[in-house]
Amino acid sequence: MREEFVLDEVVTVLREDGSADPATDPGLPEDTLVRLYKHLVLTRAVDERLVTLQRQGRIGFHIGSLGEEAAILGSAAALYDDDWLFPCYREFGALLLRGMPLQTYLDNMYGNGRDPVKGRQMPDHYTGRPYRFGSVSSPIGTQITQAVGFSWAAKLRGEKIAASVYFGDGATSSSEFHNGLNFAGVFKTPTVFLCRNNGWAISVPVAQQTASPTFAQKGFAYGVPGVRCDGNDLLAVYKVTRDAVDRARAGGGPTLIELLTHRLSGHSTSDDPKAYRAEAEMQAERARDPLPRLRRHLELRGLWSEAAQRAHTDALEAGLKAAVQSAEAAAAPSVETLFDDVFAARPWHLEEQRAACLAAPRARGHGAH
Amino acid sequence: MPQMNMVQAINDALRLELRRDPRVVLLGEDVGKVGGVFRVTQGLQEEFGADRVIDTPLSEGGIIGAAIGMALYGMRPVPEIQFSDFIFPAFDQIVSELAKFRYRSGGEYPAGMVIRTPVGGGIRGGHYHSQSPEAYFIHTPGLKVVCPSNPYDAKGLLLASLRDPDPVLFFEPKRVYRAARAEVPEGDYTVPLSQARVVREGRGVTVIAWGAMLYEALEAANEAARQGIDCEVLDLRTLWPVDIDAVVASVKKTGRVVVVHEAPRSCGFGAELIALLNEKAFLHLEAPPVRVTGYDTPFPYTLEMDYLPLAARILPALVETARY
Repeated sequence: MREEFVLDEVVTVLREDGSADPATDPGLPEDTLVRLYKHLVLTRAVDERLVTLQRQGRIGFHIGSLGEEAAILGSAAALYDDDWLFPCYREFGALLLRGMPLQTYLDNMYGNGRDPVKGRQMPDHYTGRPYRFGSVSSPIGTQITQAVGFSWAAKLRGEKIAASVYFGDGATSSSEFHNGLNFAGVFKTPTVFLCRNNGWAISVPVAQQTASPTFAQKGFAYGVPGVRCDGNDLLAVYKVTRDAVDRARAGGGPTLIELLTHRLSGHSTSDDPKAYRAEAEMQAERARDPLPRLRRHLELRGLWSEAAQRAHTDALEAGLKAAVQSAEAAAAPSVETLFDDVFAARPWHLEEQRAACLAAPRARGHGAH
Repeated sequence: MPQMNMVQAINDALRLELRRDPRVVLLGEDVGKVGGVFRVTQGLQEEFGADRVIDTPLSEGGIIGAAIGMALYGMRPVPEIQFSDFIFPAFDQIVSELAKFRYRSGGEYPAGMVIRTPVGGGIRGGHYHSQSPEAYFIHTPGLKVVCPSNPYDAKGLLLASLRDPDPVLFFEPKRVYRAARAEVPEGDYTVPLSQARVVREGRGVTVIAWGAMLYEALEAANEAARQGIDCEVLDLRTLWPVDIDAVVASVKKTGRVVVVHEAPRSCGFGAELIALLNEKAFLHLEAPPVRVTGYDTPFPYTLEMDYLPLAARILPALVETARY
């Protein structure tokens, strides 16, 4: 294989000692750095709380981002306000960063009557149009071609924005990855492909997902530049994403970014990784946790302290507790809403079925979260 | 009023809408420069440019996936699937994504679009250029399904579909693309969705058909008339949501019904129509409802005229049903 196709370079910024490599440092303002670190901590805390709530049987399911927070938040932060984000299903941190209130996200987790999705989908299948954030579905990779079409439409209409799209290493095996990259290459769409390579697709390791040495190099064949970056290094993620976004917005076309990260949990709360992963390996990955890594940098620059950490954690725990309580107490969606939004207006058959449903006896436990 | 065939009428509708609405884009395999393998989009790229009438890579999943993204943005994409037999690589995008987008996003993301695709047999196309996959899509909540039988309806239904807020699968019966000619008004008009048309009035037996099979149903009905059987022929035009009032009214009047379709019999749309009539007109039925359909085999090449529910096969069903 020709060397330039292999792409073994991995962009990093944060060094072991917490300093930033001046050659790659995106030079974020101090308040932005602090804000992003706070969001990392928030995302981690919400994640852990949701796992607990699921274990307690209070929510049905959670699919989180433990270990992948820097990959998600660093890239989301690199978007401009008018750019769009098409999520996979681990990007709730990005949704909160883009402005969805924590309460609204928890309402989605509980599928209650305030949930923007109206309780119609599993937890973590959120939607966020007001935040220029797509709608989550479970099929793998479908959002990739959609993001390409969306950004292509923007280009055709003369709007100079980019659309980013998140997917895991497993999704690179889907036809959608091929379709999306191919269309993006042919039509030079302003799309930023964000492949979160966390090493695993449920139980299948990367080595069984592809024989390609890297995911980034897959872009070459489509005429889409590829770049690899340390996905646990928030500043590196920000840097490569911002470069790709700037290029896309300037008409330079798409980029495929491979974010090297680790999934420090099961696939979801329904999965137990002990069946296929060695504990020692996970220990080694925990040592590369993206949160302490950015924190070291902030502390080195005098932007963060143990006291700040405590104050932030206390405040967010209080907010989280209140939001959970409120989401839990909120009423379920009314049964009438079952028949809304299938079409713009209800046709005769849905009117009939709605009336029959409202007249039918309800099973016990209906409307429970 | 000009005479047009269905190809010309659909082309005319697309041209009108491309002129009227800057959000409309056509995309698909060979739709641009060559104007489609059936020439339905001929001349449109010339008039509107390669950014609005777009030749895409050869990937149905890519075409529909990208079209969904365009619709989410606020465009009105009109993807073409070259033959409806090739819609299945896009099935996931249509069934899991397009059909559910409005619902799954709590109404935040409607994704209106019209997927145009030639349908049906009788053109010596064998397994993969002849099938009628409408039932898969009717079975999927969130999709509308249209199938015109003539040039006037094709133009009016297409313009209505293009302005409909919901995703529409627009099946074009390729066997009668050029065979059916009719007067078609030049300007803008619509034929509303979910309105069937009584093509032939009668009191003896209701025959329900659509697309290319409408002509077979009519031929059989005319022949039956010579035998003293007075058939009412209904062209559904929109398959889903079906014009239930028209269907029920006709069957209440005649008490007898024959449903004709090209698709395989089992779980075909005829099964649903007859189930609906059992629910809504049971006490008016004077004979068992009958289906005349394609067989539960793959669509054949050499024997396609034996497979299709042609007039010769519909006629005995009409006679039997009338005399039951």
